[in-house]
Amino acid sequence: MTTDALPAGPTLAVEGLATHFFTKAGVVKAVDDVSFTVSSGEVLGIVGESGSGKSITGFSILGLIDQPGRIVSGAIRFKGRDLRGLSENEMQGLRGDRIAMIFQDPMMTLNPVLRIDTQMIETVQAHRSVGRAEALELSRQALDQVGIPAPERRLKAYPHELSGGMRQRVAIAIAFLNKPDLIIADEPTTALDVTIQAQILFEAQKLCRATGTALIWITHDLAVVAALADRIAVMYAGRIVETGTTDDVIDRPLHPYTRGLIGSVPSHAGRGGRLTQIPGMTPSLIDLPAGCAFRDRCTVPIEACGVAPGVTSPRAGRHVRCHNPQFADVAP
Amino acid sequence: MTAFIIRRLMQSVGVALAMSLIVFIGMHIVGDPIYILVDPQSDQAEIDATIRRLGLDRPLWEQYLLFLKGAVTGNLGNSFVHGTSALPLILERMPATLELAFASLILAIVIGIPLGLYAGLYPETVASRAIMAGSILGFSLPTFWVGIMMIMVFAVMLGWLPSTGRGPTATYLGMTSSLFTVEGWRYVLLPALNLALLKVSLVIRLTKSGTSEAIHQDYIKFARAKGLSRSRIVGVHLLKNILIPVVTVLGLEFGNQIAFAVVTETIFAWPGMGRLLISSIQSLDRPVIVAYLIITVLMFIVINLVVDILYSLLDPRVRLGEKSA
Repeated sequence: MTTDALPAGPTLAVEGLATHFFTKAGVVKAVDDVSFTVSSGEVLGIVGESGSGKSITGFSILGLIDQPGRIVSGAIRFKGRDLRGLSENEMQGLRGDRIAMIFQDPMMTLNPVLRIDTQMIETVQAHRSVGRAEALELSRQALDQVGIPAPERRLKAYPHELSGGMRQRVAIAIAFLNKPDLIIADEPTTALDVTIQAQILFEAQKLCRATGTALIWITHDLAVVAALADRIAVMYAGRIVETGTTDDVIDRPLHPYTRGLIGSVPSHAGRGGRLTQIPGMTPSLIDLPAGCAFRDRCTVPIEACGVAPGVTSPRAGRHVRCHNPQFADVAP
Repeated sequence: MTAFIIRRLMQSVGVALAMSLIVFIGMHIVGDPIYILVDPQSDQAEIDATIRRLGLDRPLWEQYLLFLKGAVTGNLGNSFVHGTSALPLILERMPATLELAFASLILAIVIGIPLGLYAGLYPETVASRAIMAGSILGFSLPTFWVGIMMIMVFAVMLGWLPSTGRGPTATYLGMTSSLFTVEGWRYVLLPALNLALLKVSLVIRLTKSGTSEAIHQDYIKFARAKGLSRSRIVGVHLLKNILIPVVTVLGLEFGNQIAFAVVTETIFAWPGMGRLLISSIQSLDRPVIVAYLIITVLMFIVINLVVDILYSLLDPRVRLGEKSA
């Protein structure tokens, strides 16, 4: 893949992506008009509740949307090339090589009946014609890189012989194995202990900075992205409702939903005080009614919310999809 | 591993003992073989002589103990009908049955697994629906009828394959089998297919249900995200995960076929063990029946042992030592 022209712009630019699922019950607009960019060495955090379309966004980029789902519109420009125009064979060549993915549950992502070395070597050999010995050495280095002690021994192990944190490190090592330009991490620390979480976050961040890999970190945990991401995109009901640099979004959230998310993080409330919560639950994505999808749960709805809001930029570097963005400081 | 195998063999001795006892008592209740064996013209003195010669004048428990005494030295008694030792009588017919069962096992794997995979991967297609419907036929059509129809179509009407009997044999690596000759395969194909029918259906259904379950697992999606080829994902990642139930069923069925391929052997006039068993039961030839069933027990034990070892090869989480069954 060295033949690619050097990219002038971002590593990945998603423009107006829409992925819909055509079920018997109706059309599920899992991802609707989503746009964002992520550049080399940058970490983009995509935050949202379960069912907000974050994972589907990740799978759409990799071209791993299965029936009855389909990308219906938009462009996914990876180093200037629109991935939607590529054949399945070309996509297969990119997956695991230039774009890698890390999944949520490390207990489920590694194949239980294959040894770690088998699962790593095949990843190398799927994309490069190297011998077994060389692929094995690369695998050993990759395990070493993510802080796995005694990598030679782990290579001979089966997944069930490793702990959850160890398995997720292996998955991360596999993702970094071919030195990809982009890694999509889909809630990779959700299933892990808090201490392990912190270690994994640290390793991932360090590796991205060192290799210049762009990283998309999908999570529902605002605390995680606050510690990790350079920029944040907040997703709600299949749409990105707010973007900006991490500090800016956390300190000065514009969208009422983002405010709700920040308010419901325990560390933010005073000791013994009541946590604020967002009333209601995420709407069903089947035949979403017209207008803003958040208005039924919103604390500050106005009349204009009956019409779906467009994206506006009320401040430099900030984008929000809301008719009534909030500018007042967040109560501590 | 060794301890595991030894424990298994001890269990098999226990099963063989219980089984032989049941057969002894059962055969005693069913009837007296003597009037089947002797010439209807013979007088009482001749009948008494035969009874004494066969040892049937002794009480049942004594007959059983005598049998056990012989069994320890490897002698399972003489056939009432043939007058010769029962064991060689059976072993002589074993290769024919073994090769038939083996050929049908191969057919079940070669036909069943690919069709099951296809039906699991593309469940919505017409071909998949046809495969699944066909597998129901495989379950429900009686073996004897299908066998007769096969002879009708392939042997009589089309004349492609011979209808009955076993083909010429050849010896390779010390084994004599008709599977080593092309002509032999022509003979074995129809009976093996007939025998494989039920197994093919079972394998299709097991492979299909395993596939449609495994295909949604994260490790398959992860394998796709790694950019692996489709053939590697299906052939290695998926297949190795779904083979355990298939191996279980094939193991059981393989034993069944060696021991009880009676119907198919009869229809295709295959010179195997199944027909010997039937004729022995008809003539109440107890030594042959007991010897036959002991061989069957041993065979099942060995097959189950192989299946358990295959489990541990397929799935590293299976530990042989922990199993108490």
